[in-house]
Amino acid sequence: MNKFEYGIAKNIEGAFDFLKEPDSKIKAGGIDVLDLMKEGLEAPKRLVNIRSVPDLRFINKGENGELRIGATTTLAEIESSKTIKAAYPALAQAAATIATPQIRNVATIGGNLCQRPRCWYFRSEDFHCLRNGGDTCFAEDGENRFHAILGNEDDCVVVHPSGTAVALMALGARLVIAKNKEKRELALADFWVTPEDDVTKENILQHGELITEIILPKPRQNESSFYFKQQEKQSFDWPIADVAVSLKLKGKQCEDARIVLGSAAPIPWRVKAAEQVLQGKPISIKLAKQAADAAMKDAKPLSENAYKVAVFKAVIYRTICWAAGVDPFAT
Amino acid sequence: MPREVTLKVGVGKNLKERIVEIPDNAPRPWDGSDDLKYVGKRVPRVDGRDKTSGRAKFTFDIQLPGMLHAKFLRSKYPAAVIRKIDTSKAIKYPGVKAILSVQDKLPLIVRFAGQEILAVAAETAHQAAEALKLIEVTYDVRKFVVDKDLAKEKNAPTVFNTQVEEKLTEGDLPGEHSEVTQKGNVRGPNISPKDATPEKIDAALASSFAVVEATYRTQVQTHSAMETHGVVVDWTAEDKLKCWASTQAVFAVRDELAGSFKLPKSNVRIITKHMGGGFGAKFGVGIYGVMAAKLAREAKAPVRLMLDRKEEHLCVGNRPDSVQSLKIGADNDGKLTGIKLISYGTAGTGTGAGTSGPAKNIYEYDHFYSEESDVFTNAGPGAAFRAPGHPQGAFALEQAIDELAYKLKIDPLEFRKINTPNNEIRQAQLKIAAEKSGWARRNPNPGADKGPIKRGIGIANSVWYYFYGRNFQVSTQVNNDGTVKVTNGVQDLGTGITTVIVTIAAEELGLKPSDIQVSIGDSEYGYGPASGGSVTTGGLSPAVRDSAYAAKMKMFEIAAPMLETTADKLAAADGKIFIKENPDKSLSWKQVAKKIPGDNFIAIGERKEDYHKLDIGTIHGVQIIEVAVDTETGVVKAERVYAVHDCGRPMDLLTTESQINGGIIQGISYALFEDRILDRNTGIMVNSNMEQYKIAGALDTPEIESVVLNVHYGQSSTGAIGIGEPATVATAGAVGNAIFHATGVRVRELPMTPDKVLIALEAMKGASS
Repeated sequence: MNKFEYGIAKNIEGAFDFLKEPDSKIKAGGIDVLDLMKEGLEAPKRLVNIRSVPDLRFINKGENGELRIGATTTLAEIESSKTIKAAYPALAQAAATIATPQIRNVATIGGNLCQRPRCWYFRSEDFHCLRNGGDTCFAEDGENRFHAILGNEDDCVVVHPSGTAVALMALGARLVIAKNKEKRELALADFWVTPEDDVTKENILQHGELITEIILPKPRQNESSFYFKQQEKQSFDWPIADVAVSLKLKGKQCEDARIVLGSAAPIPWRVKAAEQVLQGKPISIKLAKQAADAAMKDAKPLSENAYKVAVFKAVIYRTICWAAGVDPFAT
Repeated sequence: MPREVTLKVGVGKNLKERIVEIPDNAPRPWDGSDDLKYVGKRVPRVDGRDKTSGRAKFTFDIQLPGMLHAKFLRSKYPAAVIRKIDTSKAIKYPGVKAILSVQDKLPLIVRFAGQEILAVAAETAHQAAEALKLIEVTYDVRKFVVDKDLAKEKNAPTVFNTQVEEKLTEGDLPGEHSEVTQKGNVRGPNISPKDATPEKIDAALASSFAVVEATYRTQVQTHSAMETHGVVVDWTAEDKLKCWASTQAVFAVRDELAGSFKLPKSNVRIITKHMGGGFGAKFGVGIYGVMAAKLAREAKAPVRLMLDRKEEHLCVGNRPDSVQSLKIGADNDGKLTGIKLISYGTAGTGTGAGTSGPAKNIYEYDHFYSEESDVFTNAGPGAAFRAPGHPQGAFALEQAIDELAYKLKIDPLEFRKINTPNNEIRQAQLKIAAEKSGWARRNPNPGADKGPIKRGIGIANSVWYYFYGRNFQVSTQVNNDGTVKVTNGVQDLGTGITTVIVTIAAEELGLKPSDIQVSIGDSEYGYGPASGGSVTTGGLSPAVRDSAYAAKMKMFEIAAPMLETTADKLAAADGKIFIKENPDKSLSWKQVAKKIPGDNFIAIGERKEDYHKLDIGTIHGVQIIEVAVDTETGVVKAERVYAVHDCGRPMDLLTTESQINGGIIQGISYALFEDRILDRNTGIMVNSNMEQYKIAGALDTPEIESVVLNVHYGQSSTGAIGIGEPATVATAGAVGNAIFHATGVRVRELPMTPDKVLIALEAMKGASS
């Protein structure tokens, strides 16, 4: 790890002051950025701690029934929030299944959204890959059992790592991004950058910008959501497939659906073809399986990860069922 | 003069008398008639509090004034020749005190990515790391091969151009050194028995009533002990070396350092007060130990050299992988006719990929043939790893046995009984295991569960061998205030020998475990075992008891005139020394100790040859495992394990059970998760961390119910034998059999991850439609 300055921001203005140094990085929980520095993938001159900013850590009800979550709210706070558990269960479930309790006590929701991919080539200083500014994707013809099966045609085949991003997308979340005194709001769906657009970035944040809030819209009537993460190991493992489903239901009838996949593509991947299968129909295991098939229709597995298609099909149909209150294992 | 004693020996409660000849000055061996107060009961780990509170000092924690930090520069390439190394910039970097190459002269031939090139010592770890970045190495990159099947091909790049000598450590099986040939990258085959031919076994199998034949594959597993390899070295005088080492063999490290620096043994002191595991990979001093000592001498300052997690995966050992083609047959009564095993595997640049132990040593059969080869690849060298060759061998054998049982329509547990008729211990264990697990309730038909998540129960046997070592020296010091200290050089690998020593001494002296102090882990103490081959307890415990017994005899001599009797009439219990026939006539331990002339005395116990050879020289074990298989995601969860093991007479039941738990957890991890993955295109390991090299965690750990079957041999004063290794041998095979029982599908490749489970399920669907 390189030597670096450490700026401890007392408030949001202070954070922006520290960020005036062009070679600086934001640190919230520090889970990912310190890993990247230890691996030698990041070597900022200055690290700006925003975990010390009290104004960024909150879960508040907004004016129009929306919920506003401060960017440095920890995953542990989110998983245990009664409001979130009641109104946005998919988010609570996503937060509750990330990493380990120790990490969730420190990791923040903003940091979770901004974390970089876990591709073992990208994460290793032994490989200078495309995403690190090199000219090769080592995974494409290499060890790619955990890599992308969708959206993987533009050279880099990483998968998106954030579980909360998947849940938040399904819940229609928006972000507030600030730079000095300016603020803008955008849909989380528009936050992501595909490899085709810029292979070295995962999101649109520019240097000096900060996510300050995540806004969850007021739940629609009869909205129900569910998130499920399938791991190989049950303790501390990244998903091989994770899925968030949000349904607007009338009885078992699906009036509207949002289905988002994580660990499938370089960005959280919304599968509209699968949503359409559910539209206007009563949710059953059979229908959910049809939707899962539709979600995987465009999957293009790499040499080692064809199994992920089967895993996704299972996790998608089960998560749809769980969101609709149907037992996916009923015989 | 030796004397004869009549002992109650046997399995469990099935005891018979046996006359054993023992030395005159030795205690009567503990046997089946002894109900002991502490031995075989649950004595809590004596260093548990120190470890959980952080007071225990590991090599990693040693800080000396002026200590330098050393780091290795390692090869980026799996195969290369290094002709030039420029350290001129690095040596000028602030804080750098010494830079030394691992080889005095160039060229240096690189055979795996991660191989040591040179080491730097600097005032801080950060400076050492920064200095490494300034070193310029000119690599002449060569073609490499990391895939063992490609390595066998004729035109494959050769890893070695010379014949490779097999190097054995205390962790390896002391086999016969076989005269094997080496051609290209293949060393072998090693054929067993010597006079066997494939024709003979093929003929025997051809005439068998039923035969099964399949190929099994196992992966490379890295040891991944909690504490990494490393040393802190301090030259306390020009010719005197003190070294804290994370090792499982204090005396071997001393000998190697003494040899490397041409020092008398008495000038080298190795200290290992606590160590964080080794699993077989920490026997020698290692290149890291020698380099640290050289750097310390060069820089004239103590040097700390601890490897990091990445180095741990790359360079200091692993369990070799294997491809095992196994063909076994039985007659129509279910009796095994023959076993034929053709096996090869890679230990990278090392040797030791044999797998035939379980096939040879678990069942009774008429014919046997095995052929084993090592294939060299450009990968980090293998090392002894908790029952070398056996988890991989048992994974194949125990699935083949299972498959043959199903083919013959014989219950798999019954089939195992049929084929171990002369082994009383196995018969007893299989019976206990069946009762404990409720084997009878198991649906005999595989794949019977409805719905996508299917449960299954599988069984597998374990085998290991009884080794114990000789000549260990344990001293028991009794001070005139009554305090007792037991001392031996042995290191505690984490298995609990410290607690075992306390337990035995307390039992023998009639004191409480908390009355006994122990000092271990120092090469200046009496000779102790290297912790390999599951020898530590079986090897050391008789010397501990004999030493305590000798101390007790001295105390009896002092007490006798005080109680107006003779020493042979005395006994010790509950902190008292008393007349056997008249227990009311007693003195407290402390009252007697006060009369010790001078300050203290020391009594020595020595590990001698066993009193007799064991009738069955193997250690056994059987594990029954329940799994849930998600047939849609391929995810397997081990839910429950029933384990029955034997280790002679257990010394401390708590640490014995802990060893069994550890063996099972490591076995589950091997069965389902662990896998060293080398990038096929660059030869570099992609998962050299604890995140992507997956190890079972708390939620992956099944419920474990274990039974330790007491077996009384009367072979030594304690009757203990080892447990560390046998506890992990059966697990992966039992998981494989449970997956079959759940799904009707055999997964013949480790680790049994979702991709492999789904492929196997898919293949069955394809075959049945």
